Amino acid sequence: MTSLPIESPPRPPRLTRPRPQSLHATDRSDRIYRSVLTGFALGLPLLILIILGVLFTGALPALKRFGPTFLWTSTWDPVAEVYGAAPMIFGTLASSLLALLIAVPLALSVAVFLTEFSPGWLRQPVAFLVELLAAIPSVVYGTWGIFVLIPFLRAHVVPPLKAVLGWTPFLQGVFYGNSLLAGGVILAIMIVPYIAAVSREVLLAVPASQREAALAMGATRWEAVRSAVLPYGRAGLIGAVILGLGRALGETMAVTMLIGNRHDIGVSLLQPAYTMAAAIANEFSEATTNLYQSALFEVGLILFVLTVTVNAIARVLIWRVARGQAVGSRAL
Amino acid sequence: MKSLLLLLAALPAAALAQVQLNGAGATFPNIIYQDWILTYNQTHPDAKLNYQSIGSGGGIRQFSDGTVDFGASDAPMTDSAIAAIGGNVLHIPTVLGAVVVAYNLPGLAQPVKFTPDVIADIFLGKITKWNDARLTSINAGLSLPATDIVVVHRADGSGTSFVFTDYLSKVSSEWQQKVGKGTSVNWPVGLGGRGNEGVSSTVNQTPGAIGYIELGYATANKIPFGTVRNSSGNWITPSLESVTAAAAGAMKDMGPNTDFRVSITNSTGPQAYPIASFTWFLVHKSYADTAKARALIQFIWWAESEGQAKAPQLGYAPLPRDLHPWIQARLKSVTAGGRAVWKAAE
Repeated sequence: MTSLPIESPPRPPRLTRPRPQSLHATDRSDRIYRSVLTGFALGLPLLILIILGVLFTGALPALKRFGPTFLWTSTWDPVAEVYGAAPMIFGTLASSLLALLIAVPLALSVAVFLTEFSPGWLRQPVAFLVELLAAIPSVVYGTWGIFVLIPFLRAHVVPPLKAVLGWTPFLQGVFYGNSLLAGGVILAIMIVPYIAAVSREVLLAVPASQREAALAMGATRWEAVRSAVLPYGRAGLIGAVILGLGRALGETMAVTMLIGNRHDIGVSLLQPAYTMAAAIANEFSEATTNLYQSALFEVGLILFVLTVTVNAIARVLIWRVARGQAVGSRAL
Repeated sequence: MKSLLLLLAALPAAALAQVQLNGAGATFPNIIYQDWILTYNQTHPDAKLNYQSIGSGGGIRQFSDGTVDFGASDAPMTDSAIAAIGGNVLHIPTVLGAVVVAYNLPGLAQPVKFTPDVIADIFLGKITKWNDARLTSINAGLSLPATDIVVVHRADGSGTSFVFTDYLSKVSSEWQQKVGKGTSVNWPVGLGGRGNEGVSSTVNQTPGAIGYIELGYATANKIPFGTVRNSSGNWITPSLESVTAAAAGAMKDMGPNTDFRVSITNSTGPQAYPIASFTWFLVHKSYADTAKARALIQFIWWAESEGQAKAPQLGYAPLPRDLHPWIQARLKSVTAGGRAVWKAAE
């Protein structure tokens, strides 16, 4: 059942309508109204440029001093004034990817269950509760992580994991609690509601005719979902995942409370790590020397560029598939 | 009618006499500073004081930029930072703080004893088990478990870290060479916690953990901490008395003309707890505004004299009495518009 022919929905006829004209085309109040709106609309992109400018000028001393080596050196020593951001870049990417690995299957399952399999009376309560997860403040997640998640991981997750996969490099060393694993898991829980909510919207937008066609071909419910519904909403689903990734990259408080805040690169999930957002939050207020402060500015600049890039990739993906008339682009 | 007119005439004068004083800096002494401000304001309603606990580093920066009238810091300003503002700063000690070594070892009958070199080697990652011979030999009565030692340190920049690393730099040459002292350092091992609460919750939740936290925070939250051997060879339990003793012990090295930017860690007093420190107000040597300078010096002297009585009940160690004449001499040197403000304050 892998190659069900999928009809793309008919392209809506292009509407060409004349722009509505006011009787007094050059009315003064209209012009003021228009310039105010233009000002507001341009204000936001301008704000982004200003943020970029401030980050860049703040980072200038560190950029001059360390050059590109800032990106791949690992020493972070405020006493000797030597800074390298590699562990934080690594930790940010690793914790976010780990979060995606856990959250995407979970969130997609929730979305598919709610749209395809759930009995009607269960839909709204479950959807509401999942989305409620997004309303919990970050610091509450962090506290919950310290007192519930870490003891749970220590008692019930890490021992069986080590028993089965202990030979891999990802589970070397002793688990002390605060670690890449704990940070990744808390991030996963935090981004599930975002991915699930957007995915649900995307799947709801898939026309019933797609499912009916697959079912009429003799597909089971699962086969219909796999071969008709999911491919149809692909662009929207990818967008949902990347929105989740964007959120994970910038998440600060819960991560800094659980990840261990150690400037180190290690592939083991049990070892402490650091993220860029956490380092800025922790160290900025007490960054006493100019170079120290500037190094943190540069970390902020890298994080800014990284998240903007991720979001741009998401947009491009959505646009590209949207041209093929896939649904879901509208849900975003 | 006449009295009413007089009253009306007096009102603007009273409004003019009111002085607004802004300060910012260290978080550690925030509780007592706020208490001082509140109490002082009851008897001196003309002085409006405002203190923001934004952290020592931020305090130094705002003080240097002139955005606040006084700063506060747990770590003294560096020579280069002082040079950057033309030397126009006085460090006035206010109260004392101490850093304790806290741990998570359930079921111990008495506090664990630490020698300076053992603390240094634990935080250097050279002693990794609680039943290491160097720990068991000084803790004869205790049955220390064979568990791993998990080091927990501050992840945020902090005066607490400064005091602790300053102490380790004094007692271990290896620490001094490899790590050094600072509000943030490159920790050889361990997990980072955010704030005293981050370190203590990580220590509490991690079996075999060891961390350093502020004495007042540890006492208030009943976190067990160790006894440390001081430079006289005595085992000292951290307490307000042993912290004040550390400052008293350090006085003879300071001398009456000190600028108070002295570290009192590893103090020579026989009853001194060795991981202790001043926390300071940062005051300009010369101000432009006479009224402001006068009100500020008046407040600080009140805090140094009457205010000290409040310290123990709020969990801070008061300054030793003998230090007061030296502080007074320093406050007397503050000028505004080229003239001393002290005499007018009396």
